[in-house]
Amino acid sequence: MSLLADVATVLLVVAGAVFFLAGTVGLLRFPDPLSRLHALTKADNLGLGLMVLGLLPQMGGLAAAVKLVAVWLLAQVAGATVTQLIARAVRHGGSGP
Amino acid sequence: MSEFLIAAALFVLAMAALGLVRSLRGPTDADRMMAVQLLGTGGIAALLLLAAGTGMAGIVDTALILALLAAFAGVAFVNSRPRDGAAGDGAAGDGRVGDIGAGNR
Amino acid sequence: MSAALLLDGGLALLVVAVALRSIAVGPAFAAVVGFVAFGLLLALAWVRLAAVDVALTEAAIGSGVTGAVLIAAAARLRPTEAGSAAERPGPGLRAATAALSVLVSLALAGLVLFPADPAPSLAPDAGAHLAALGVGNPVTAVLLAYRAMDTLLEKVVLLLALLGVWSLAQDTAWGGLPRPQCPSRAEGSLVLLARLLPPVGILVGVYVLWVGAVAPGGAFQGGAILAAMWILAMIAGLLDPPATGRRWVRRAVTVGPAVFMVVGVAGFALPGGFLSYPEGLAKPLIIAVEVVLTLSIAVILGLLVAGPPERKSP
Repeated sequence: MSLLADVATVLLVVAGAVFFLAGTVGLLRFPDPLSRLHALTKADNLGLGLMVLGLLPQMGGLAAAVKLVAVWLLAQVAGATVTQLIARAVRHGGSGP
Repeated sequence: MSEFLIAAALFVLAMAALGLVRSLRGPTDADRMMAVQLLGTGGIAALLLLAAGTGMAGIVDTALILALLAAFAGVAFVNSRPRDGAAGDGAAGDGRVGDIGAGNR
Repeated sequence: MSAALLLDGGLALLVVAVALRSIAVGPAFAAVVGFVAFGLLLALAWVRLAAVDVALTEAAIGSGVTGAVLIAAAARLRPTEAGSAAERPGPGLRAATAALSVLVSLALAGLVLFPADPAPSLAPDAGAHLAALGVGNPVTAVLLAYRAMDTLLEKVVLLLALLGVWSLAQDTAWGGLPRPQCPSRAEGSLVLLARLLPPVGILVGVYVLWVGAVAPGGAFQGGAILAAMWILAMIAGLLDPPATGRRWVRRAVTVGPAVFMVVGVAGFALPGGFLSYPEGLAKPLIIAVEVVLTLSIAVILGLLVAGPPERKSP
């Protein structure tokens, strides 16, 4: 059971890491701010989400797991808002596509 | 397991640090904010991985605070920009004034 | 072990690189962005140094209030930035500054690389008396019992900083309203965030304060989180900054240091003197002081961001 949990953790954390890689590459390589923003959200949502999912079996108890999910939810709310705000700033700034 | 989790934290942090190159290049302030946003998310992920990897108390709380305040710098940034009325001078100026300044150095 | 070593080494290099970049970069806004990133990395570095209390503080203050203050300052400086960039200190001053920085760095490096043997440490002493205080977190014990004087003075400094900001007000505006944080209508998503986050944030702030008695956390971290939530509501235009002359404002900013002071003076009745706690009452007193301090810290930090009063309150 513990082996199974460990395998799940490794797989999900690696999957999350891939999204972080994708987010960084996109942020560096994409040509305009809005595309770069799009790349950023991948790391924000999926990267962190998969990692939290992967870490859940490693947490000692239910309370710790709930806290972990709370971290992810808060990061979601923050990420969604900030990308909205930045996107609007880019558009009004005239430096969009 | 703990070795793997710490290695994963290292990887995520390295990615977020690479993303900071975007804050070097700009060209707009929005790009700089994106790099910080990525570093924030990367930092949260690295902290959670470290918490699971080292089992030290309080690390998850640090991640919780970072997540709670993750939007803060971005919100302050957007709030500090000239509003619609001043679109003319704020618009193109925002990122580029800074770049001219950087070029002069 | 190697991954941990790489992580620590990389983190150290990154912290230095971001710090250098933040100093060397031209435009103020880019420097502020660098500083916010620096704070984030510093929080991670403190975690790696097993100083989670400091990491919590850095996370709470660095990614919250400090970022907001500096970004607002950079925005205000923008019109005059080009002119001030031309001003440069003379070669003598620059040489002296460089020499002083190098000297301090060398001294610090010497202390770290060649520590006294055995390294001086009060950690065993700090740990030995935790039971008498009833506080489980040694850092809280240091801050509020062993070195309570430092903490008290720190809060007074915070109060003085607020007075410094207020003193920028014109005479006619004294006690009046700071400029609204939200100059025009706020974006819908920002308003949503400002309605959604504060209930959670207040809970987290109170949790961090409460857990500070036994685990990493405490008054300053909790207060900084509460302040951030207040500022968020102000930026979204849900709340206006209060008139600085309002009675509740004045009371809120002084109640923390005042209660701390009263508890401290009451200590004169005991053998330990100023700032000593009576046997058995230490924990309740420490928690009471922490609670009022949290309130004061939150209000002071929020008002620091709101800035000096600019117009008379109606």
